[in-house]
Amino acid sequence: MRKRFWIINLAAVFLFSSVLVGCVEKKTATGGKTLVYGRGADSKLLDPIQVTDGESFKPIDQIFDKLVEYDKESTEVVPGLAESWETSADGLTWTFKLRKNVQFHDGTPFNAEAVVYNFERWMDPNHPEHKGGEFPYYGYMFGGFKGDDGHVIESVTALDEYTVQFKLKKPLGPFLSNLAMSPFGIASPAAVKKDPVKFAQNPVGTGPFKFESWKKNDSVVLVKNENFWKKGQPKLDRIIFKSIPDNAARYSALKSGGIDMMDGLNPNDAHLIRQDSQFRLYEQPGMNVGYLAFHTGKKPLDNVKVRQAINHAVNKEAIIKNFYAGQAIPAVNPIPPMMWGYNDQVQDYPFDLNKAKQLLEEAGYPDGFEIEFYAMTEPRPYMPNGKKIAEFIQADLAKIGIRAKIVTYDWQTYLDLTGKGEHEMALMGWNGDNGDPDNFLYVLLDKDNTRMPDAGNIAFYKSDQVHELLIRAQGLTSQEERSKLYLEAQKLIKNDAPWVPIAHATDTYAARKDITGFVPHPTTQLIMENLDVKE
Amino acid sequence: MQFSRTKPPVPPNETGSANRNSSLEAKPLRDLVRSFIRHRSAVIGASLVVIFILCAIFAPLLTPYEFYTSTRETLDDPSAAHWFGTDDLGRDIFTRIIYGARISLWVGFVAITGSIIIGSFLGLVAGYYGKWQDSLISRLFDILLAFPGILLAIAIVAMLGPGLNNALIAIAIINIPTFGRLMRSRVLSVKQEDFVLAARAIGMKNSRILWRHILPNCWTPIMVQGTLGFATAVIEAAALGFLGLGAQPPQPEWGTMLSDSREFIQLAPWTMIFPGLAIMLTVLGFNLLGDGLRDIFDPRMKQ
Amino acid sequence: MLTYTLRRILMLIPVLIGMSLITFSIVHAIPGDPAKTIAGDKATPEQLQQIRESLGLDQPFYVQYLNYVKGLLKGDLGTSLITQVPIAEEIGPFLAATAELTIAALLIAVFLGVNLGILSAWKQNSWMDYGAMFIALIGVSIPVFWLGLMEQWLFAQQLDWLPSYGRVDPRLGFEPLTQFYVLDSLLYGDFHWLQDVLMHLILPAVALGTIPMAVIARMTRSSMLEVMRQDYIRTARAKGLSEFWVIYKHTLKNAFIPILTVMGLQLGLLLGGAVLTETIFSWPGVGRYVYDAINQRNYPVIQSGILVLATIFVLINLIVDLLYAWIDPRIKYGKE
Repeated sequence: MRKRFWIINLAAVFLFSSVLVGCVEKKTATGGKTLVYGRGADSKLLDPIQVTDGESFKPIDQIFDKLVEYDKESTEVVPGLAESWETSADGLTWTFKLRKNVQFHDGTPFNAEAVVYNFERWMDPNHPEHKGGEFPYYGYMFGGFKGDDGHVIESVTALDEYTVQFKLKKPLGPFLSNLAMSPFGIASPAAVKKDPVKFAQNPVGTGPFKFESWKKNDSVVLVKNENFWKKGQPKLDRIIFKSIPDNAARYSALKSGGIDMMDGLNPNDAHLIRQDSQFRLYEQPGMNVGYLAFHTGKKPLDNVKVRQAINHAVNKEAIIKNFYAGQAIPAVNPIPPMMWGYNDQVQDYPFDLNKAKQLLEEAGYPDGFEIEFYAMTEPRPYMPNGKKIAEFIQADLAKIGIRAKIVTYDWQTYLDLTGKGEHEMALMGWNGDNGDPDNFLYVLLDKDNTRMPDAGNIAFYKSDQVHELLIRAQGLTSQEERSKLYLEAQKLIKNDAPWVPIAHATDTYAARKDITGFVPHPTTQLIMENLDVKE
Repeated sequence: MQFSRTKPPVPPNETGSANRNSSLEAKPLRDLVRSFIRHRSAVIGASLVVIFILCAIFAPLLTPYEFYTSTRETLDDPSAAHWFGTDDLGRDIFTRIIYGARISLWVGFVAITGSIIIGSFLGLVAGYYGKWQDSLISRLFDILLAFPGILLAIAIVAMLGPGLNNALIAIAIINIPTFGRLMRSRVLSVKQEDFVLAARAIGMKNSRILWRHILPNCWTPIMVQGTLGFATAVIEAAALGFLGLGAQPPQPEWGTMLSDSREFIQLAPWTMIFPGLAIMLTVLGFNLLGDGLRDIFDPRMKQ
Repeated sequence: MLTYTLRRILMLIPVLIGMSLITFSIVHAIPGDPAKTIAGDKATPEQLQQIRESLGLDQPFYVQYLNYVKGLLKGDLGTSLITQVPIAEEIGPFLAATAELTIAALLIAVFLGVNLGILSAWKQNSWMDYGAMFIALIGVSIPVFWLGLMEQWLFAQQLDWLPSYGRVDPRLGFEPLTQFYVLDSLLYGDFHWLQDVLMHLILPAVALGTIPMAVIARMTRSSMLEVMRQDYIRTARAKGLSEFWVIYKHTLKNAFIPILTVMGLQLGLLLGGAVLTETIFSWPGVGRYVYDAINQRNYPVIQSGILVLATIFVLINLIVDLLYAWIDPRIKYGKE
């Protein structure tokens, strides 16, 4: 009796599953050249103008093109969707000639109207499709939005189908570099109009790869754009951006063949990869700086001698060796050496504890003092382990009598508190946006940016001389003239020592040996149209 | 049982618990000790617990190193000089583990004592007074129990900010209902005992009845549950540390050590193996001890 | 039975209200500014103020709470600050991922646990009994995150047998249909997919299933021993029925109730343990969804994610209790 019951049951289960099996047709075709790119986190959104985080930009840079692009290995600006451009003598009018016969992935044509539409959507808070987010980068780079006092762009007009003209209210030195930034990818107006919010989940651009699917917290899949305007590109058929949050797990996925390429290597793993004949390590001096900021408004850090003393007490070489595993260069100036306008004449304060002690005595602190030292706990691109770097510096400071107490918070709170100036000393860093010195010096060290609660200048360094130089440089368009002003500013900053610049971290990528055509870019923009897999 | 703050699963033979307690209080101490010593797993459990307590107390004497000082040898294999190897900053892992015992036992002790005090108080009030006090408190327990424990702890720590003390508070809070419910059900059954009814009949004050007659008859299961809860608390503290919400570096907390080790699993598996082993053995000790105590105080559960 | 069911469901209402109030309060007490989450690290104060207004963050606490509850009743869980997608829409795949993992873990736990328990009851006091109970004891004491790391180290990195992250090899171009990948690969009839999905499932499911496995094994053993002492089992044995099947059929049926309770409880508890397992194995489930949200200060997701998980937990417990009462009407509920 019971036996029969089981037999019937089993038969039913088998029958049911055989009905189930194969009752749905697969939609996707696989095959072709696929590359799986492993990274630390998922994208937040795929509408370029809505995001600020690097992970979102990785697929975005493949889906969208900008009017102008950075050159392959530098931050020089080269043609993109615009073939050529000219500027008026006063730097107020910019005219762009657009590339012809370019189509968005949805088949609609790319033209001057499309460019005008994108800019109007970005700049005008009352635009019907100014939705889906806060358009943060537009505000940062162009001084706010339509109606704001600082807003730089007066108008954007289509002169004919393939000519666009920008009128500016005042000259903006980094204007062209700004346009090459990832957030200013040109989107298909038709797709945005359909639903400006959903667009961020289903992006449409002109780039080398088309968006296919997105599994949240897991993977973004892009497929080849057969009609890409650069002939013969892209070479891959499919790119999968796979999120594996743990650096070590991502590394072992690379080793076991689960992914083909990755970023965010632990420094120790980077060493292992370098010795491994099956993989290749790519290194690119990063456009970033990791630093220790002094709150120059608080005692005893208001004393320049104290700040210089601490500068003498930080052993950058040892920090880089121990905590960056050598994947960085010591920082002397706030901007990295590969950037134009870098002052290589500036001398760093050498690591010298006796000198430091002496300066402290001169400042009137022979017995040192107690101080709160903020350190971030999350790994940042410019500082892989803030907490441990702080512990290391703490030990050296103890030798000159400064008793530092390390304080940590999670990243958001950390930004809140340092932005309000709650700290005395804090570790901090910056990732460059557009390759322009202004993007470092003005943002991080100008007195305009000491406004609480969101100060970018968390040293609260208020030098009028530096301010005057930086503002003058903003109004010029000649790189040569601007360069001179920045050289001068770096000298002043070094003397006043509002920071201890610690390191410029190297960006590292690892890939299988048979993957070709990858060139890491200083801005960390990911360029994948030349990537290929050797058969 | 991990993260199990819910009612301890009740086998059918335990449902009619009202008649059980008479056997509990009558047992003389000498018998208890004797049956404890005869109970093998209780002894093993107790020994493990004692070993870890001794490690915690005498940590500085057991090791030539300090838990926070780095040596040159980073990620060194286990050797005669470093029994459990060294971590990425060259700190001796054996040293960090025995100092870690201080943190784990401290968290377990304070958090569970806290939950017992608050939980028992609430359970006592609910069980003894009944009526709206009972409804209110029981609903509160229901609500707290409705959250998966570790998730509630994470949310509480997110609110208070990461750190050992806040993790401790979170663990205490999520364990309150376990003890509260236990106390309540004990009180409900003791309340019906003749001696309590008699005390009431002669007009004894409520507070006096609670202190003199009810509490002394409720504490054994609480103690048993407390021992088991200690194990849970140790794991919960390590879990929060593992997620970066508990103890902050350079405190040598076992969960934090585990999460640090993830970077070097392949390079230096000992950075992961030993802290995990320490957590497991501590938890095992308390579980064995708790099971043993339950068997001894409540022989009906014994098979 | 019907009144009991209704009573239990009515009792849920204050619990659900309390739960929503608690999650709402906790989330509002979390330091940090949601406006900053939206506008990014580089936002201007004007931008921030504007966002605060548009989110209604400038309104008093109770107004915000009432609005939240009003939304909940309409099935609106709020909108993720990061993706701008309604949470009710977004949370589906995460829930399915967690459900699949949890169910797999529970299946492993029940299968191994029940058999281990039967084995050790059957051979009581033999080395097999001790061995099984030792495994069970280790099982209840091992931290799930350590077990996960050990598995990863041993089976993924040292031996390279099984994948240690994610749900499926992205290269296979897997198209989810129901979001339950095992079911999906059956529906597509692709056994290559099925194999890959199962391989990804093994390590996390074993890690997550170990604790309930141990609990179920211990529970099964003690109920079996209880039942085996009863007369009718002895009679059956005396009649010379094949001993093993006697135990399997008769006793399992009778020991089923306590085992069911434990299973129900454990399923709820697994939902909590899933946070850790999902973190270790990069499993895109709802535990990690909430944990990431905490790190990103994505308040609506923290709030609704926890609430959804807790509601599921409560419902599972309810169902288990009802089943329990249905199977064994002797047990009287609600009468203390």
